[in-house]
Amino acid sequence: MSERADMRTPLGRVLGLGSAKEGVAHWWAQRLTAVALVPLLLWFAAGLIAHLGAGRPQALEWLGAPLPAITMLLLLVAGFYHMSLGLQTVIEDYVGNEWAKLGALVLNRFVAFALAVAAIFAVLRIAWAADEGG
Amino acid sequence: MTPVERPLSPHLQIYKPQLTSLLSIIHRATGVVLSIGSVFLVWWLVAAATGDDASPRASVLGLVVRAAAALRLDLFAIFHLCNGIRHLVWDMGYGFDLGTAYVSGWTVVAASAALTLIAWVAGFMMWVPR
Repeated sequence: MSERADMRTPLGRVLGLGSAKEGVAHWWAQRLTAVALVPLLLWFAAGLIAHLGAGRPQALEWLGAPLPAITMLLLLVAGFYHMSLGLQTVIEDYVGNEWAKLGALVLNRFVAFALAVAAIFAVLRIAWAADEGG
Repeated sequence: MTPVERPLSPHLQIYKPQLTSLLSIIHRATGVVLSIGSVFLVWWLVAAATGDDASPRASVLGLVVRAAAALRLDLFAIFHLCNGIRHLVWDMGYGFDLGTAYVSGWTVVAASAALTLIAWVAGFMMWVPR
């Protein structure tokens, strides 16, 4: 290393050029949703298995009750968020072309939000239909 | 920006496949497949919300569940869940030495197989016409 004319310390030169404390946001959200999804998925698997032999009325009775509906909504929010973050990492790792990457990243978020909203709409509709005794 | 001519790291196919690398790749692959498979969950919920009660047992709900199971989404989800827990343990700073990584790896393989089997046995027991 040669002497620098610069009087600033190495730390002084890099300050403000880093992640500004938001570098772990993606990583942290991925883990947070992962932790949430462990009990949520176990609950969903148990519920799904328990209603395998049942028809639509029993399935609606299950998902239409307040607690299962709320749990299902949590599963959907955590799940589609987790999915979107994971796919983003895969896209950033494997898509080399900058325009293709940009397009894939935009599409990833759009599709994830669309799927999540469709699923949330369905759960709310089931819950409200159950509320009206339908 | 002109790309810098840097030496490339050895490609994937040069390395001998190991349990650790294989599970890492499978974790990503199952994640991508489950993302596509999430369409089944949305389909199932929308069908439940908008369908009618005619012929309930042969309904689209059962069809969606069976299609998802036929595509092995059950096994993929259980594997991703088990290996995901392994990743969370690593994130907390445990289990990085080689021996432990192999033990946890085989544990994930065994747990995935066992839990999938349990889910199927439970599923067949519940699949009783009522």
